[in-house]
Amino acid sequence: MLNFTLRRLMYTIPTLLLISFIIFIVLDLAPNDPTGNLPLTIPPEVRAKIRASLGLDAPMYIRYLLWCQQFFINEPLNLFNEWFGWCIGDCEGRLRVTSWATRSPVVDLIAERMPQTLWVVGMSYVVGIMIALPIGVISAYKQYSWFDQFGTLIAMIGFSVPTFFTGVLLIVIFSVWMPNDSFFWLPSIYDTTLDVVDWDSFVKQMRQMIMPVMVLALYNAAQISRFMRASMLDNLSQDYVRTARAKGLKEKTVLLVHVLRNSMIPVVTVIALGIPQVFGGAIITEQIFKVNGLGQLLIIGIQGADIPLVQTLTFLFAVLIVLFNLVADVLYGLLDPRIRYD
Amino acid sequence: MLDDKKKPLVQVRNLKMHFPIHRGILKRQVGAVKAVDGISFDIFEGETLGLVGESGCGKSTVGRCVLRLYEVTDGSIEIDGTDIATLSGEELRAKRPEMQMIFQDPQASLNPRMTVGSIISEPLDEHRKMTKTEKREKVGELMDAVGLARRFADRYPHEFSGGQRQRIGIARALALNPKFIVCDEPIAALDVSIQAQVVNLLEDLQEKYGLTYLFISHDLSMVRHLATRVAVMYLGRLVELGDSETLYMNPKHPYTQALLSAVPHPDPAQAGNIDRVILEGDVPSPANPPPGCTFSTRCPQAQSICKQDSPEWREIGEGHFAACHFIE
Repeated sequence: MLNFTLRRLMYTIPTLLLISFIIFIVLDLAPNDPTGNLPLTIPPEVRAKIRASLGLDAPMYIRYLLWCQQFFINEPLNLFNEWFGWCIGDCEGRLRVTSWATRSPVVDLIAERMPQTLWVVGMSYVVGIMIALPIGVISAYKQYSWFDQFGTLIAMIGFSVPTFFTGVLLIVIFSVWMPNDSFFWLPSIYDTTLDVVDWDSFVKQMRQMIMPVMVLALYNAAQISRFMRASMLDNLSQDYVRTARAKGLKEKTVLLVHVLRNSMIPVVTVIALGIPQVFGGAIITEQIFKVNGLGQLLIIGIQGADIPLVQTLTFLFAVLIVLFNLVADVLYGLLDPRIRYD
Repeated sequence: MLDDKKKPLVQVRNLKMHFPIHRGILKRQVGAVKAVDGISFDIFEGETLGLVGESGCGKSTVGRCVLRLYEVTDGSIEIDGTDIATLSGEELRAKRPEMQMIFQDPQASLNPRMTVGSIISEPLDEHRKMTKTEKREKVGELMDAVGLARRFADRYPHEFSGGQRQRIGIARALALNPKFIVCDEPIAALDVSIQAQVVNLLEDLQEKYGLTYLFISHDLSMVRHLATRVAVMYLGRLVELGDSETLYMNPKHPYTQALLSAVPHPDPAQAGNIDRVILEGDVPSPANPPPGCTFSTRCPQAQSICKQDSPEWREIGEGHFAACHFIE
């Protein structure tokens, strides 16, 4: 298993380099202009100078190699410097990947936004899983019961109704129609500056998280509960379940020890594959509730043609996707004794 | 019957198992597959009752019903004096150690994520109070008894061959010292060379632990070798039941005759002399069995009465039962 993991990690290096190059080409071919948002009164020759100062006059491959140097060499060296105080090479004058719009290093921007995304989107994933697993188990165990039918309906709604609809619907219900002094009133804007220091601020934080978390959780739960149900149904009809009943085990043991454990194998993989989306943020939901997370950062970057920012963010998502694919494979091997990678 | 001192361990009376068929948008019940339709038999302590019949006649369903792995539609199943057909949840669970089953597919019937040791010891966790060392010892004993090396206890089922897996299944069934074991085609999925080993093992274990078997199979020669008495099934009903030797030498029911004549003769020189009774047509659907005698559509001796009246299940000789209008 260790050999397998190391071998796969080695394969990821060329894969990721190729991905970074493709992202760069696509961004370069896109008809965007970092000076496009500037006032129209700026004369063209000044615009050309601005572009030259951003390095846009160099050929594409030079710019790509520069980004590679900044991202793969300078940024890690800078991290070492910040975390451990080790200074390797030129610590002061080193060129980092810098956002064109804000002139601050992209990695710092990401570090600023990461906590909001992890709290809101990550929490929604956890909540979604916690809702989905019991629903999936019960729906499969009581197939075609009213619970199962109801679960199917909810899953279909969660699946097919987009988050920009459910999000706005929740805002209309809980922020607009609900009286301001009501206990059930919820804020429609996520306040990032809120510091959780005592019980009151904790409650406030919870209240502002509920709506974005629930919107995303409904979507996640819809997907995962379907997987769980299908996988449970698959296993419930297996012969070993009959063996377990014939052993005279309690129904609970049959269901939770025998069926659930075997059914979790594919579901765990699906959950692992979904984790990169958490880091990617939920672009739309973050936009609706004004959560300034990674999704919103990406949107701003795209609007302003902030190529270093978009390039770096997209590449980091690619890294996460590749890594969690590996994690899913390894988990599969750990959970299912029939699968051996060596 | 043959020996009055023998008492029946299992008494099945008028057992029925109908699986409902649902159709249409509203999933209304439009009929039922009569997999088992009113059968009665006894199994005496220490004997092996063979249950034979062609594919789809309801043999396995009988086996599963007898252990209440299905909710039976009607009838009673008395095992050691308790009617398990009506027992509810916990009472039934407490009764499970006495009756066990060896399954047909040794691959699918073992949980792929459990080691052999935990598969065998799981019933002990549930029904016996044993310490860890006692359990390990018991698992070791059982593995010895079925001819598996003790060091295999930490392996997973997929690492074994078919015959070894079936031995694991047998060890698991024996874990709680059952009195009665249903063997549901335990050798059908095995190579011929392995079949003999497993059958011999079953015989040895029967002698050693005084087990009673219901041996379900479509392998007529194996049943003849193993069974004390044999029951023949056709389309959810028993057609004949009798002492193994009597039934094989002198089959009364036309279906039994046809079935036995299909057994290949070991001597090719003699093979040509057998009068084969060849049945015409297919087995009717158990969802819609023919009226009267269910065998009447294919029976070479069928008369008009067969299509109207269902023949009675009656004793035609000492301990020899059959259901046919024309047997004296």
